[in-house]
Amino acid sequence: MTMQLEQSPTTGDEVITNYTINFGPQHPAAHGVLRMVMELDGEIIERIDPHVGLLHRGTEKLIEHKTYLQALPYFDRLDYCSPLGMEYSYVLAIEKLLNLEVPLRGQYLRVLFAELTRICNHMLNMGSHVMDVGAMTPNLWLFEIREDCLNFFERASGARMHSAWFRPGGVHQDVPLKLLADIADWLDTRLPRLFEDAMSLVIDNRIFKQRNVDIALVSREDAIRWGFSGPMIRAAGIPWDIRKSQPYDVYDRMDFEIPVGTNSDCYDRFMVRVEEVRQSARIMKQCLTEMPDGPVASTDRKVVPPKRGEMKQSMEALIHHFKLYTEGFHVPAGEVYVATESPKGEFGVYLVSDGSNKPYRCKIRPTAFSHLQAMDFMCKGHMLPDATAILGAIDVVFGECDR
Amino acid sequence: MTVVHSAPKTASNEGVLDALSAALGPMLVAAREEHGEIVLTVARDEIENALRLLRDAHEYQQLMEIAGVDYPSRAERFEVVYMLLSLTRNHRILVKVNSAEDTPVPTVTTLWPVAGWLEREVFDMYGVIFAGNPDLRRILTDYGFEGHPFRKDFPLSGYVELRYSEEDKRVVYEPVKLAQDFRSFDFMSPWEGADYVLPGDEKAEGGKP
Repeated sequence: MTMQLEQSPTTGDEVITNYTINFGPQHPAAHGVLRMVMELDGEIIERIDPHVGLLHRGTEKLIEHKTYLQALPYFDRLDYCSPLGMEYSYVLAIEKLLNLEVPLRGQYLRVLFAELTRICNHMLNMGSHVMDVGAMTPNLWLFEIREDCLNFFERASGARMHSAWFRPGGVHQDVPLKLLADIADWLDTRLPRLFEDAMSLVIDNRIFKQRNVDIALVSREDAIRWGFSGPMIRAAGIPWDIRKSQPYDVYDRMDFEIPVGTNSDCYDRFMVRVEEVRQSARIMKQCLTEMPDGPVASTDRKVVPPKRGEMKQSMEALIHHFKLYTEGFHVPAGEVYVATESPKGEFGVYLVSDGSNKPYRCKIRPTAFSHLQAMDFMCKGHMLPDATAILGAIDVVFGECDR
Repeated sequence: MTVVHSAPKTASNEGVLDALSAALGPMLVAAREEHGEIVLTVARDEIENALRLLRDAHEYQQLMEIAGVDYPSRAERFEVVYMLLSLTRNHRILVKVNSAEDTPVPTVTTLWPVAGWLEREVFDMYGVIFAGNPDLRRILTDYGFEGHPFRKDFPLSGYVELRYSEEDKRVVYEPVKLAQDFRSFDFMSPWEGADYVLPGDEKAEGGKP
């Protein structure tokens, strides 16, 4: 007996053409102002053309019109999720041009707070990544840790996000002893409890794995060719971490491991970040135990201004204070490229000085720029909802990408 | 000079400058080591070959960044700087080419796909043309933007500003109107950086007042 199939009005000789949709610029999963023009075949992504630059503020041009110290706060506003990670490259670039020594306590404080920034950044990224693929609770729990971090930043610098606390020559002010004690306490109690709690919901979750495992596989060769860095290159199985291979400040004294991925998918990128949080906590504990007493910034008065108390008492300090906050210091002519391991990857500053008190050129190397460029090849052949998971695993912030 | 700063420490620069200079041969225009950075300037038309050589024979696998710099006083006013990273040798170098507005630089998208956006950015900001880049559109500036904003002769405030017009119910572009002139203070001490002659200084040169 033969069955008569019902005639479908859509199948047959008709050709279904690809169609194009606009993802963003206002889309909750776009992590800011990203516009992606997507060409879809049904629900399969054929091509993606990311349009960036909607948050372009001309930071590099503005920096050329400011003195070295005045330009520092612009860096907080690049990647506003990890402000101190951004300042780090810039102050190191200036110190490299000046060949300026930073006292040991200053170096330890910078490493301590750079790692706190890493935890803070990863809490936001992992939370939103988990939320992008459908879970609500871990995000709220992770934000509790983030709130703690921001409180620590506030107690150190007076600002929760835009700290402007790293300065050429060290850090702006010493931290109160109680703050260090509280951070140590937090590392031992609250952080592991809240973090491991939240992770226990995510790591073995069936839905989370279905949405992330084997999504956006990137080979080692591709990761190198596309200029990947940070967790993106480590997830591809390349143990590359600037903190380890090109140590700056006191990272060479720290004992920590570099997690690498095996499968190079979105799940690996997430898991690399999970382990990085634990390693960051480990580095912070070492900083707290080993940190010596002493000055927190260089005592070279031609670069680092004197403290206010001293300025009120000494005429010479007053003159230095006045000159450094008006004219600023002069940096020897030359050019350097300094890259540090920001929470998102290699964040570089190419600084050209002409010997005056303002940078001649300050090129900022954002991490997200090269990662986002790879969106097209990473998404090809995946489903539309996978694009949000891939974007979440890149960890993109547009303040940094667009500058 | 002893190094006392605490910026990232790569593998030693020792011998690298000589080895790379010898390897690049006639492609090289200038080479120097300053502030711990190795800077190689190569001929513009040879940049693709030079970078291919550095990538394949000298293990500089990653292109991390391309930066443009504008020196308006030079005949070829732009510099394009390629930052290379070697993951295996743990080393960084800078490779440069000079270019003018009308002299295209060969693209390196053939070597690294990441160069696509990096070259687009330099084109957008400086107007340097990359011959062979398949997709040389603007990237960071607005749709329909005119000019190249990071050139030194482009004003900081730009030429147009935009606002939402309640009458037209859309965003409108208008010429920039500044309520207050842009203030640029000259903090240079007169005996350090002034480019004018201080009153009375002409006497020191022997001229009549």
